[in-house]
Amino acid sequence: MATDFEPVLLANVGVPDSQRLEVYRQRGGYRALEKTLREYSPEEVVELVVQSKLRGRGGAGFPCGMKWKFLPKDRTVTYLCVNADESEPGTFNNRILMENDPHQVLEGIAIAAYATRAQTAYIYIRYEYVRAYETLQQAINEAYEAGILGERVLGSDFSLNVYLHRGAGAYICGEETGLIESLEGKRGWPRTKPPYPAVEGVFRKPTVVNNVETLCCVKHIMDRGVDWFLSIGVPADPNNPRDLGSYGPKLYCVSGHVNRPGCYELPLGVPCRELIERYGGGVRGGKRAKAVIPGGLSMGFLKEDELDTPLDFNSLQKVGCLGLGTAAVVVFDEDTSIVELLHRSCRFFAHESCGQCTPCREGTGWMYRILTRILHGEGRIEDLDLLLELADSMGIIPGTTICGLADGAAWPVKTAIRKFRDEFEAFIRSGSRLTAASSGSAAGEAS
Amino acid sequence: MITVTVDGKQVELQPGATLWQAAEAAGVGIPVLCHDPRLRPVGVCRLCLVELADGTLIPSCCTPAANGVSFRTATDRIRDHRRMLLRLLLATHRIPCLAQQSTGSCLLEQLGVEYGLLDGHGRPADPALIELRTLALSEAPVDDSSPAILVDHAACILCDRCIRACDEVQCNDVIGRSGKGFETRIAFDLGAPMGHSSCVTCGECVQVCPTGALVERRMAETVRRDEPLRVVASVCPYCGVGCTTDYIKAGPRIVAVRGRPSPGSDGRLCVKGRYGWDYALHPHRLTTPLIRRPGYYPKGPLTADTRGDTWDGGRRKPGSPVPDYEQALEAFREASWQEALDLIAERLQEIRRRYGTRALAGFGSAKCSNEEAYLFQKLVRAGFGNNNVDHCTRLCHASSVAALLECIGSGAVTNSFRDVDRTDLILVTGSNTVENHPVAATFFKQAVRRGKRLLVVDPRRPRLADYATWYCRIQPGSDVAFYNALMHVLIRDRLYDEEFVRRRVRGFESFWEVVQHYAPQRAAPLCGIPAAQLEEIAHAIGTARAMMVFWGMGISQHTHGTDNARCLIALCLLTGNVGRPGTGLHPLRGQNNVQGASDAGLIPMVYPDYQPVADPEVRSRFEEAWGVSLDPKPGLTVVETMNAALSGEVKGMLMMGENPFLSDPNVNKVRAALAKLEFLAVQDIFLTETAEFADVILPSASFFEKLGTYTNTDRRVQLGRPVLDPPGQARPDWMILSELLERFGIPADYESPEKIFREFADLTRSYRGLNYDVLGLDGKIWPVERPDAPERPILFADRFPTADGKGKLVGCHYAPPAELPDADYPFVLNTGRMLEHWHTGTMTRRSATLATLAPTPYVEINRDDAEALGVAEGDFVRVSSRRGTVVLAVRPTDRVAQGCVFIPFHFREAAANLLTIDELDPYGKIPEYKFCAVRIEPAPRPEG
Repeated sequence: MATDFEPVLLANVGVPDSQRLEVYRQRGGYRALEKTLREYSPEEVVELVVQSKLRGRGGAGFPCGMKWKFLPKDRTVTYLCVNADESEPGTFNNRILMENDPHQVLEGIAIAAYATRAQTAYIYIRYEYVRAYETLQQAINEAYEAGILGERVLGSDFSLNVYLHRGAGAYICGEETGLIESLEGKRGWPRTKPPYPAVEGVFRKPTVVNNVETLCCVKHIMDRGVDWFLSIGVPADPNNPRDLGSYGPKLYCVSGHVNRPGCYELPLGVPCRELIERYGGGVRGGKRAKAVIPGGLSMGFLKEDELDTPLDFNSLQKVGCLGLGTAAVVVFDEDTSIVELLHRSCRFFAHESCGQCTPCREGTGWMYRILTRILHGEGRIEDLDLLLELADSMGIIPGTTICGLADGAAWPVKTAIRKFRDEFEAFIRSGSRLTAASSGSAAGEAS
Repeated sequence: MITVTVDGKQVELQPGATLWQAAEAAGVGIPVLCHDPRLRPVGVCRLCLVELADGTLIPSCCTPAANGVSFRTATDRIRDHRRMLLRLLLATHRIPCLAQQSTGSCLLEQLGVEYGLLDGHGRPADPALIELRTLALSEAPVDDSSPAILVDHAACILCDRCIRACDEVQCNDVIGRSGKGFETRIAFDLGAPMGHSSCVTCGECVQVCPTGALVERRMAETVRRDEPLRVVASVCPYCGVGCTTDYIKAGPRIVAVRGRPSPGSDGRLCVKGRYGWDYALHPHRLTTPLIRRPGYYPKGPLTADTRGDTWDGGRRKPGSPVPDYEQALEAFREASWQEALDLIAERLQEIRRRYGTRALAGFGSAKCSNEEAYLFQKLVRAGFGNNNVDHCTRLCHASSVAALLECIGSGAVTNSFRDVDRTDLILVTGSNTVENHPVAATFFKQAVRRGKRLLVVDPRRPRLADYATWYCRIQPGSDVAFYNALMHVLIRDRLYDEEFVRRRVRGFESFWEVVQHYAPQRAAPLCGIPAAQLEEIAHAIGTARAMMVFWGMGISQHTHGTDNARCLIALCLLTGNVGRPGTGLHPLRGQNNVQGASDAGLIPMVYPDYQPVADPEVRSRFEEAWGVSLDPKPGLTVVETMNAALSGEVKGMLMMGENPFLSDPNVNKVRAALAKLEFLAVQDIFLTETAEFADVILPSASFFEKLGTYTNTDRRVQLGRPVLDPPGQARPDWMILSELLERFGIPADYESPEKIFREFADLTRSYRGLNYDVLGLDGKIWPVERPDAPERPILFADRFPTADGKGKLVGCHYAPPAELPDADYPFVLNTGRMLEHWHTGTMTRRSATLATLAPTPYVEINRDDAEALGVAEGDFVRVSSRRGTVVLAVRPTDRVAQGCVFIPFHFREAAANLLTIDELDPYGKIPEYKFCAVRIEPAPRPEG
């Protein structure tokens, strides 16, 4: 399995001056773009990406090729939006890519733009990513000077302008339509769908929104071929027609109570325990893990005895999590208070709810208030059921909100209370009261 | 058509209909909080979720129905979801909120009861709700900073209806959200209290609010829970837009006004329409006929302001917005109707006997109904025996009408204002639409947001300019040069509609003879707009598929007002922009019934429906109808009448609802003229400045106290219905006029306004097919020749009502205004109106809300000029012209150009018309209110 995996997406990370165009080119950079422009029509590129079964790396795992195919045939303008707003707690793989290998990102963007016939690409980058912003802008400048961006990319008939747009620090702007609204200069409110961005996106024109890592994968698919991509990861279960498979390499972020936090590139499907033990260096201080977030906070929690679950697009739902998410693994050791952890989670989502849909705005707020009361030693056992009822009633999965933020807020609540109910009940019964000082440790790293 | 199944019931729908509309069609009610059919669906409250066959929940308000789709609206899952949602909202809701307390109209609390979360008394009953409410934070106090609206964030459910109403319907962009998540609040501007924000108090937000978050102050403070409410459908008494209204009554009182959905105003209102009705209840209302006491002869002004001894910073009654009432009243004694009416008839007849029929005159009013206008002109023509009847249309669109009659044979608007939805380019010139026709302006602003281009031409920057594609600040009075330059380019570059000009227009060659002299380079220095921009705009007009032209007093109130209007007409004729959807000429009418009063013949040259008095055939028809012989000589216009009064030719007058003292130019001259009249009778709702000169004053019923029809700017005839009872002995004007007609020997046994309307309509072509039943709730746009005829909102599709059916291009040369600034009087004075007030302030300054919002007079002056004069916001200045002087506060602004100032004419204590010049346009006889020379000097703050 992962033992012999040679990094592809992270191949340039750690190479001196990896950010520079010259170094990138020496290491084979922009070869894929040249080949694409020379040998393939845009439709053929789309077809290859469809065949590769590449699924979006941003969190939802939507098939990338299918997203591209949703673009109307008769469109005259297309925008490519690159989602670099990476704000899911625990996630930093896009940052690694942008800071260390910005040209890889640009090459992926150029190929995707060519495939979707976009002549304008906007990179919506999280405000806090100052270094990534500067590095990427530098790379964009280099690429323009080298004729890789701008009119007639690499001498072809294809032209592309890339703009870097900084967000202002709102989690909701990572949601693709919230991102689009924000890009247009409006309040980052997710839009009611349909219409999906493929039909009406940026400035109400057909738009593709892809994550940074997804676009980097596109580059390697064009470079190494579809078969190479399909040879990595977990094939689709032939008995499950709804399983679209989990192919290709994936960047896993490991953080929390581990000895070696970091970003690791592995084939999709690595078991969570293996990732923590072998790559993350095991739980800090020789302790046992109590709970693990498998893919960013919004996916919910795994218990210790669920750590053998493979981290792919299909397996996490089986243990009650929302999904693979951003594949950001956050580990909490046996000393962590789950009550406190969930309080932090609720505070985060209550703060980040855009406030548009009633169930999310009110629901996240009430969950936070109820958790606060519990934390202050004034909780009641019935509060747990009220929390569950609230959590079950909000989100796009029950169908009560416009976007998935509420699902992300609900899943930690559902999984924490259902998997650690004893701890909650004990806490409530004991009448304990956590002070501000003691609540600053574990969850702090998750937010 | 598509087929949709709602709770097992099949319905047929137009494609594009939403699931919510499908349910409506199926007769199934789906509860909503954020949805209002008038607003863009946003689907944020999530109460309207329905369940598709596959179990998916989906918001019905914003989901288009797919053909063949089937859904359920009230499954257990949905009901559970709704309960949870309502529980969450009720958990932080003020129970009962202001809306529930007063009128029981909180949608949230009603649903709370329906879903068992609140008990029959409206108290929380659901255990989880009670539990959650113990966790709620303390409620913020109610924001009472606005005189009309209370804001209670504790009752707000963030449905965003107010935001959409403010941003997307009224396009005022005041309300938004602040904060996010649980901390979200609706916010005015950047979170200011409502009364301190840029809110214009249109009340659209209140009208759409489903809870008690935004409530009518009067409603919240005066209505008791068990009081039954009644609704009277009527129209607004203020401007020519003629918005349709619902007056909400508790017992005998009006407690609120709502915009009533209709094809014209779409249920929208402005601050005057919504809050300006309470003048009708003011204690100053006249309640009994009054006769001047013998001790008050010779006649003259009775109060300090009217005497004019306060204009120059002298004594003023502190804080009084209206005449010193007691002082004026002392001069009159109460009388019976019989005595007062007999006296009027006797004195006027005596004057007629002594000086001849032409010594009598009458001013009607565009605030009265069509029926009253018709009766008034009948009284003057058939009773007094001459044509000396006019009204305030003379002061607003006389020049426009003169030009329209000359060029296209009709003075009416050719297209309705909502046709902006079908145009490419909107030209608004000389019109401060946002303040003077606020609801029409909302449609313009919306059209711009939907991609229409807007050209605004005005020397004083109107708020509409904020939305404009091009804003041209032309030199005051240079309109002719500006439009001639555009037309020069259109012809030079062959961008005009040659086909249209060939078929439907005459006078092209002689027209070119004139405009050929106005090449942009030559016109640019005259009008102050760069030649390149003139070229650009001309090309935009020439290539637009359709253009609509709207204009106001900035065009008409000039000594060359007729020329200005001729230019606009020529622009439309040249470019073929008449007679099609999205095109046309629309002089925005000022008064609610200025169109109708003109239609009814309150004009010295024409009988009802613009039939010339000088035409023997027409005259004999009216002689037959009225049973008297009529004077063939056209009568005197408003300013001519005042001149004739001064010179002694006119000796006796009847004034119905007009206040020429403040509305006519050159007040000092008007004062002298009114004082010189041998006999003046005034019928009005208040003792106006003009009434101080009266021998007899008759108390009229106000708009709200009578039945009648009013014709708006779109030519839409609408019914105004009685809402209140007249105070004391006040009577509707039509009753008063009937009594006077009888005393002049003209039978007038009209038992109702409807009968008067019948008589009037039968004497016209345009109204012939109308009656009160046909008008219904929406009214009808004339011409209607048969009751069953379809409306014709667009006129002149094939021909113009001229002798040869063609329109006429009339070329005009630029001429400067009558009184140019010089060393002694270096500033140009412009006058006009402001949002909160109406004309001479008789009504609006007696409305509590409006008077609070805009209590005092001011002069707008350019910031740089203010600095040069050493005056700042709120300082006082003395503004003087060759005719008079006023003292008032300064408002430095960029809205007026350097060298220009603006004064609203509503304020008697600083009457703009003391300064204005009474020079007239030679065709329309309209005064030049928009241009005279003044001097400005710093002045001490007046005492009081």
